[in-house]
Amino acid sequence: MSAATGAPRTAGAPGTPVGPAAAGRRGVQLGPVGLAWRPRVLGYTVAAIVLALVLVVLGVAVGSTWIAPGTVVRALVGAEDGPQGFIVTTLRLPRVLTGALVGLVLGVAGALTQTVTRNPLGTPDIIGVTSGASVGAVAAIVLGGGTYSVSAVVLSGGIPVAATLGALVAAVAVYGLGWRGGVQSYRLVLVGIGVSATLDAVTSYLLVRAKITVATAASQWLVGSLSSTSWSTVWPLLVVAAVAVPIALATSAALGIGQLGDEVATGVGLAVQRHRLLVLALAVVLSAAAVAAAGPVGFVAFVVPQVALRLAGTNRPPLLLAGALGAVLVLGADLLARSAFPWQVPVGIVTTVVGAPYLIWLLVRHRKEMSR
Amino acid sequence: MRQGYPKLVRVPSPETVLTPARAARTAPAGARSAHRAATRRRLLVVLVLVVALVAASVASMLFGSNRLGVDQVLAGLTRTGSSTAEAVVWGSRVPRTLIGATVGAALGIAGLLMQGHTRNPLADPGLFGVSSGAGLAVVLGVSVFGVTSTGATVWFALAGAVVASVVVFSVTVAGSGTASPVPLALAGAAVSALLGAITSFIVLTDQDSLDAYRLWVVGTLAARQLDVLAAAAPFLLVGAVLAVWNVRALDALGLGAELAKGLGEDVLVARLVGLGGITLLAAGATAAAGPIGFVGLTVPHVARALVGTGHRWALPVSALVGAALVLVADVVGRLVGGFSEVEVGIVLAVLGGPVFVAVARRRSLVSL
Repeated sequence: MSAATGAPRTAGAPGTPVGPAAAGRRGVQLGPVGLAWRPRVLGYTVAAIVLALVLVVLGVAVGSTWIAPGTVVRALVGAEDGPQGFIVTTLRLPRVLTGALVGLVLGVAGALTQTVTRNPLGTPDIIGVTSGASVGAVAAIVLGGGTYSVSAVVLSGGIPVAATLGALVAAVAVYGLGWRGGVQSYRLVLVGIGVSATLDAVTSYLLVRAKITVATAASQWLVGSLSSTSWSTVWPLLVVAAVAVPIALATSAALGIGQLGDEVATGVGLAVQRHRLLVLALAVVLSAAAVAAAGPVGFVAFVVPQVALRLAGTNRPPLLLAGALGAVLVLGADLLARSAFPWQVPVGIVTTVVGAPYLIWLLVRHRKEMSR
Repeated sequence: MRQGYPKLVRVPSPETVLTPARAARTAPAGARSAHRAATRRRLLVVLVLVVALVAASVASMLFGSNRLGVDQVLAGLTRTGSSTAEAVVWGSRVPRTLIGATVGAALGIAGLLMQGHTRNPLADPGLFGVSSGAGLAVVLGVSVFGVTSTGATVWFALAGAVVASVVVFSVTVAGSGTASPVPLALAGAAVSALLGAITSFIVLTDQDSLDAYRLWVVGTLAARQLDVLAAAAPFLLVGAVLAVWNVRALDALGLGAELAKGLGEDVLVARLVGLGGITLLAAGATAAAGPIGFVGLTVPHVARALVGTGHRWALPVSALVGAALVLVADVVGRLVGGFSEVEVGIVLAVLGGPVFVAVARRRSLVSL
């Protein structure tokens, strides 16, 4: 491959792609502004975004009554009145948008934490987000009285607030306890283990002591579900995603440097501690927003960055690709959950059932390629 | 073509290879005394832990919801006292103490091996699907076969654990015939999540299963007789033998697979022995007391902080810390809850979590 051996060249004429540099990266320069991009990453990212958009339209079209995709698109741009327009914009669109956004932010958050901890098992869970949110939500369900169904409590606004508070408190506790004149990834991971274990035990205690009907409701929340979404769950999520995802994309270059290890990164001129705090804060905010909206949707933040990494062939998960794949996974899983089963299966179960075999298949195939 | 190659690599004669013992003999006096001091310190750690384990066992025999004096417990133990004391001691306290110590030691060793092989501080013995496989089997036992007694649940848990970990090994070895750590951890996490999702699916549709599962999954030593231990014992014994056999190879693997190969270890054999040991130990322990993830996750870190990364010391220390920890947590759970005791898995994590955080903050941690 010439891409691997070609020496880096200086930029050619403005606006034209520079010849292939190391590691398949290409550069483009417009006057003083330069950008490096990889054809393979870009191709997969565009494909994933297109697939996500198709799934959004399909997700709105499929339901107890079928709505033709043409009508769906007309309703989405606001040109469709009547009952079908109502079904699209008020009933189905919030759910589909929530699914897409949850997938997006979980994918990005997972890519951030796996990169910054340099550990494929380092999902946002290790900063205590999921455990904290679970304690908050389960406490709200169990102590809030046994007569509520999950959807009623969710709609009243109690559980999202409790979950967000729990997630943020736990994350601050993990970061604060991991601080000793700076935060090392390794110590942070260990502190995260300890804090998460304690919080999970509290959740278990609440579950074991609760009445069985309440425990069922709490268990339903704990696998993650999109069944009780409305526009009020979309807006906070949308605001968080619109603010945090661009910042995350802007840190991308620093993420690559941070992977070299603290000493090298400091030597190259990266403010390691500030960078790490920023990345972790982004991951916490993103995943807390997702958990508040849909509960801890299983497995997305773990599997999606790993899949993105293997598809793109890079040394860390590309953020935008991870986000787009996350949206695809959650949207596809929700579509499957609504249409393939006689009763509505929580989306968190389906994301795992779909995502886990795919990762396993990638692992097996990858190893065959390596041994050839 | 020439026949044979010139001998460019000089093979060291056995006398010049530096074994630890020879290094200690030939080292300068200062290093030798430092080595001896380190050994003394480690022996002291082991001694303190043995004393702690004995104390925890005694406490486990003495305390419980039935208030028995020391003399009554002794009389019950020798079957000379009242029938109540005898029933409490032999029906509850002896099994709990034995199962608790065994389970704790097994999980401690399994966790150490797991983190040594995957070189990942987040790896717990359940990572290869042991806990989730056992959990799914238990739930299936309840929902399909209507099994509820602990004596029968053990067999379901054992079968599920073994099947799940065989699946994980097959997935990772499927490609190239090696079992290298990162794909193994990923495959394990994927299979575990898949089995967990199926468990959730069943549990959410069937309240009886949820009721059984939520009690099983926290991990408890209550209501277990010695037949549970007898069922798990063969697994635990073989697992322990494999673990001890794996110690030298693990130390070599800690230097990286290439160096280990250079030192004469067969990496694949070492991995398979280690993974077999982990599976058997974790399966036996999980079947006996439910998935107590916290022990396998944290005890190895404590052991390494106490005696360093060498597995010759870290292995027995992990076993001792694990056993003492589970017993202490069980006693505390019996005391704080009154008649409705708190399950040992919950106590372990609630009390052990903060302690572990403190250890992670204080000690200059030995990273993997």
